[in-house]
Amino acid sequence: MEIFGIPTQALFGQLLIGLINGSFYALLSLGLAVIFGLLNIINFTHGAQYMMGAFAAYLLLNKAGLGYWWALLLAPIIVGFTGVLIERFMLKRLYNLDHLYGLLLTFGVALIIQGLFRNEYGASGLPYQMPPQLTGGTNLGFMFLPNYRAWVIIASLVVCLGTWFVIERTKLGSYLRAATENPQLVQSFGINVPRMITLTYGFGVGLAALAGVMAAPIYQVSPQMGADLIIVVFAVVVIGGMGSILGSIITGFGLGLIEGLTKVFYPEASNTVIFVIMAIVLLFKPAGLFGTQK
Amino acid sequence: MAHTQTSAPAGGASAAGPTATKATAGGNRHQLVAFLIMAAFFAIAPLVVYPVFLMKVMCFALFACAFNLLIGYGGLLSFGHAMFLGTAGYVAAHAAKVWGFTPELAILSATACAGVLAWVTGFLAIKRQGIYFAMITLALAQMIFFFYLQAPFTGGEDGIQAVPRGKLFGIFDLSSAAGMYPVVLFIFLGGFLLIWRIVNSPFGQILKAIRENEPRALSLGYDTDRYKHVAYVLSGTLSGLAGATKALVFQLASLTDVHWSMSGEVVLMTLVGGLGTLFGPVVGAAVIVSMQNYLAQIGAWVTVVQGVIFVICVLAFRRGIIGEIANFIRKPL
Repeated sequence: MEIFGIPTQALFGQLLIGLINGSFYALLSLGLAVIFGLLNIINFTHGAQYMMGAFAAYLLLNKAGLGYWWALLLAPIIVGFTGVLIERFMLKRLYNLDHLYGLLLTFGVALIIQGLFRNEYGASGLPYQMPPQLTGGTNLGFMFLPNYRAWVIIASLVVCLGTWFVIERTKLGSYLRAATENPQLVQSFGINVPRMITLTYGFGVGLAALAGVMAAPIYQVSPQMGADLIIVVFAVVVIGGMGSILGSIITGFGLGLIEGLTKVFYPEASNTVIFVIMAIVLLFKPAGLFGTQK
Repeated sequence: MAHTQTSAPAGGASAAGPTATKATAGGNRHQLVAFLIMAAFFAIAPLVVYPVFLMKVMCFALFACAFNLLIGYGGLLSFGHAMFLGTAGYVAAHAAKVWGFTPELAILSATACAGVLAWVTGFLAIKRQGIYFAMITLALAQMIFFFYLQAPFTGGEDGIQAVPRGKLFGIFDLSSAAGMYPVVLFIFLGGFLLIWRIVNSPFGQILKAIRENEPRALSLGYDTDRYKHVAYVLSGTLSGLAGATKALVFQLASLTDVHWSMSGEVVLMTLVGGLGTLFGPVVGAAVIVSMQNYLAQIGAWVTVVQGVIFVICVLAFRRGIIGEIANFIRKPL
């Protein structure tokens, strides 16, 4: 069976890979958007923290004997805690300065983390076993769907929508949104805004680590795995605009799909298609698809 | 957003703010003395220091000065300046090696290409400000990186090697370090003087006004987008000049020069030397290049050390070396 001269197996296979990439784009850009909303900082360390999530899973398995499901729970907490330390001891000092300093600081931290991991583990990838419950796959008739990949897509959708629900529909989320608009006023109501900022950063970092754990069985665990990814995620963020949570989820998955399609029809451009889309969006809607220009 | 981004190099601004007024009021003498010292240093230094190392320093110094024109005076943080350095490097190498251009033509054509690239990417990038500007330039540079990774003429991972330096104007042989050095010195000092002139020109003053308060500059009738675009093109073109020269000095154009880590390095050089100071980027480039030379044997630790310097500079040393000196002697440098 063929569609536009492309075998359906190949087409759906690439679309699936696109959706997987899209899940990671969505999780990472969501974390960036949450952090940016409250801290007004673009977290350049995000890619390194995604990598740390994958390494946390790897180390939990090999040093502590804790498998995938434990890693899924523990890695975001551990890496999120390192994020809390970064916020408490470094980022905190920059809030009264220009936002660009936050970008420069987090870039420096990313260099340190990636350099340290490369010294310790080398540049080549380390394999991470898929959890036994999710090996194998399902034949859908038109394509073969590996169970683990289905799990990644569903899990990241659930996490993304859960985050959206907490921020847009709960009391905690309303504090968060209020603090984004006017931190002084929220603080005067007796809410501990500095602590909220710290925890928000920790949460955003935790999301990156969670993405890292989910990526570990698909891609290899390597110190550089987040370095190039984060640049693509930046482009995703520019395309979606950081104004809306749902916007970054939709943009993330959508761009993953487009990238997958490009791999089928014009593989040479698959690396650059997201950047090209970014350029086009900037031409016609500089604030991004879901953003509002302030 | 507009307000927050206009105060861009907050640390640099405090050092550069007074620069603006005093420089035009005729307080240029300290800068002139500093310039003469710098020129004399680079003219005499090859007698005692390895000339190829000095040429590397000058290429990166020009690159950092060009970058500083944008961040230090325009308040725009570009995280993609490697695309100009690398593009010009590839064009110069290709022109000199495959087309047999003389060095001056290779450098000029490469610089022009970088200028065109800056015009196109600048058109897109200046549509957003502040951190978005940084992210967009980074993404555009990554796109250019992937283009060079796949394009056949760049030689992929190998780069363009054994680029002939050729004969300047068809007469002067540049193959020896002694032949090449005066050319690099001339290009570096020329580029530096040009940037100095731009910063103190009416155009430079308006650029600083836009950095400090863009809505105000807009309300005074200045087409701020056009000023930012021109600054971006100038910065990109001069970065290209540095890249083309570097390609001829090392007879090599490779992916290293277009990679995002190169964009990070030039930010670091400028930050260490002092954002928004005239001589800071030169000192910063000298510091970082020497550091890389001495630390080359410890491999991946260089990245860690660079990261640590980044963190220290941002947290505790925002004026940079020259910024601190300028603040101490209360004169702009």
